[in-house]
Amino acid sequence: MDNKKITITINDQQYKVDAGQTIMQAADQCGYRIPRLCYHPKLSIEGACRVCIVQVAGMKNYVASCAYPVADGMKIDTNSRELRQARRDIVELLLDNHPQDCHTCERDGNCELQRLAYSMGIRHRHFEGERKHYDKDLSSASVIRDPDKCILCGRCVRMCSEIQGVHCLGQAHRGFNTVVMPAYNMPFAETVCTTCGQCINVCPTASFVEKNHTQELFEKLNDPDLIKVAQVAPSVRAAIGESFGLPPGRNMEGQIAATLRRMGFDYVFDTQFSADLTIMEEGSEFLERLQAKGPLPLITSCSSAWMKYMEQFYPDLIENISTAKSPMSMASAMIKTYFAHKIKADPKKILSVAFMCCTAKKYEASRPELDVNGMRATDIVITTRELGWMTKSAGIDFISIKPEKFDEPLGLSSGAGAIFGVTGGVMEAAIRTAYELYTGETLIDIEVNDLRGFKGVKEAKVVMDGQELRLAVAHGLGNAHQVLEMVREDRDRFHFVEVMGCPGGCIGGGGQPYATANSIPLDEECLKARASALYGLDREKTIRRSHENPDVQRLYREFLGRPLSEKSHELLHTHYKAKLPRGIVSPNLKVV
Amino acid sequence: MATQTQELTAPLTDEQKLAQVREFIAEVMTHEHPDSYLIAVLHRTQELYGYLPTEVMDEIAQEMGIPTAHIWGVATFYHYFNLAPPGKHVISVCLGTACYVRGAAQILQTIKDELKIDVGDVTEDGLFSLQPARCLGACGLAPVVMIDDKIHGELTPKKVTQLINQYRKQANK
Repeated sequence: MDNKKITITINDQQYKVDAGQTIMQAADQCGYRIPRLCYHPKLSIEGACRVCIVQVAGMKNYVASCAYPVADGMKIDTNSRELRQARRDIVELLLDNHPQDCHTCERDGNCELQRLAYSMGIRHRHFEGERKHYDKDLSSASVIRDPDKCILCGRCVRMCSEIQGVHCLGQAHRGFNTVVMPAYNMPFAETVCTTCGQCINVCPTASFVEKNHTQELFEKLNDPDLIKVAQVAPSVRAAIGESFGLPPGRNMEGQIAATLRRMGFDYVFDTQFSADLTIMEEGSEFLERLQAKGPLPLITSCSSAWMKYMEQFYPDLIENISTAKSPMSMASAMIKTYFAHKIKADPKKILSVAFMCCTAKKYEASRPELDVNGMRATDIVITTRELGWMTKSAGIDFISIKPEKFDEPLGLSSGAGAIFGVTGGVMEAAIRTAYELYTGETLIDIEVNDLRGFKGVKEAKVVMDGQELRLAVAHGLGNAHQVLEMVREDRDRFHFVEVMGCPGGCIGGGGQPYATANSIPLDEECLKARASALYGLDREKTIRRSHENPDVQRLYREFLGRPLSEKSHELLHTHYKAKLPRGIVSPNLKVV
Repeated sequence: MATQTQELTAPLTDEQKLAQVREFIAEVMTHEHPDSYLIAVLHRTQELYGYLPTEVMDEIAQEMGIPTAHIWGVATFYHYFNLAPPGKHVISVCLGTACYVRGAAQILQTIKDELKIDVGDVTEDGLFSLQPARCLGACGLAPVVMIDDKIHGELTPKKVTQLINQYRKQANK
């Protein structure tokens, strides 16, 4: 039925299109791009903004092309004089109830509403009316909510429910008084919000933004008494080029290292190093559980949003969660102990700054259980977006700067550390190492293709010394929910499960650059390009297995002893506790 | 006519009220599309409590498997639902046409000033809550105000102040 071709007319031209799609989808295929706002291909149809209206012959009213199906013989007008006027009026009415502060707004130049208003030809305001005013919610360690800038497209609400399965947000009250908020208008910090930041990614305006730490960092960079130490997550290098107009998928690690030194950092380390370290600990933990019949499946714990989600919705699986800290927290712990000792510095004088693709890492850094010797391990977390802005603000020529290398002793990484940033990467990296530690043989075909790609839930099998290992990978918390339900049903179904909180893994993190004018948030082509940057990095490296990283080997030799040693447990492992904020419901949620 | 539906039987304890809400949910969950009974469940809750306590909405979320953010959206969408406990006495000021032309706006303003609250709010001492009404069917007595289920007619700002003071005196006894 759906394969049937029908004939439609758009703006007096005939086209043959597939039946069973919406007017917008059909028009997209015929070379049109009807203006749109609340629509997102990965989310349900809301039809709320009415920006995508078109004229259909025989219909009394304009129809929302995102929601209206095409029919054989349909005559559609997308650009008539009346329609252009109506569409412009709709956007003008949105602007009317929106602050006129574009010049001082976080998203100036990156705002979909701004672009839309420009393309509608709105050059002055016609409708001056009452404007809403609400306080910002600044309670969360990661995400700021500013209802004044909200245009009620509902993309955040649908993202949070449909893709992430968290259901933190809803639309409350009605008409002019409608506000997107958590249940009971609770402060974000007290809600089920996992701080993943995907609401920020899909928001067309600045109604959701990360908690900004750039001014605090600029201040501290001026403090002569501090030793400034940076670490850079894999996915930051794969995306930051986009902040400077480069196409997605360029590896910019050398430019980042050079930039951070010019910004005032004394040492620039690589979180990929500590990703290798994570593999040593987590891989050993996996083998220990496999041999001693410990709780399986082992479930990864690198993703901060995923950890909060698990503590809230799946506390019964806590014993299955790897106790290994995330690569960020491992690096920070090493910076304030091993490295401080090496340079004979007081760890209290070290400023440990993590550049992350992630908003949830800001929350993770604030978790008291991750403190090291009574100090915060990670002092400041800066997102990719914030780093892009800081670079421009500090007047550094990111594009033509000469690439530099990361510093020793926490700067060298294997290819396995690089692919941490992509969904399936942690699992692939862990298998590369676990296989060799278990069998004593070298794994020849190290690229596990079943674990790659953007399918929501991936399953793979690896045979190790005659033993079959069943693996599962999920990215996005909604997909995690599916895998965890399988685990709840049958604990023996999988041996090892990787979960990443964000769609695509860290490369699709809540702190990555905003979609550009020619793209959309969470565009799969963009995610693929970022992923290919990290897979490319892996292929370029001579060392592609974490346990072969000579600096990791040295760290064990000089400081930690061996994986899972007492010292490793003290500094590189943590434990999780059930969290039950209000708004928790049984995980088998229905979307009403 | 927007009035409070009050439980007229002997006062129930909170546990008994919650048990009744749970019983009601258990019943609707046997129906097809139980989610569509959310509004009915909220009605039942308000009948029992006089408003929608957030703790009870948490319970409803658990029992019905509906996210609290969504329940909150429904509860705030309809003006009928009270989100805070109503005052001991509910004052409904008629703003229908007849009362309006006879000065209902001044009556409402006088009450607001006297009680130092806005429409939809409850006084600090919990004695009064204030709500608008659309024609109470007593146009001959315009302007009228209904306090609980009693109509007071032919009011002036002075008379309505005296009326409020009477209720205050009673409460202090």
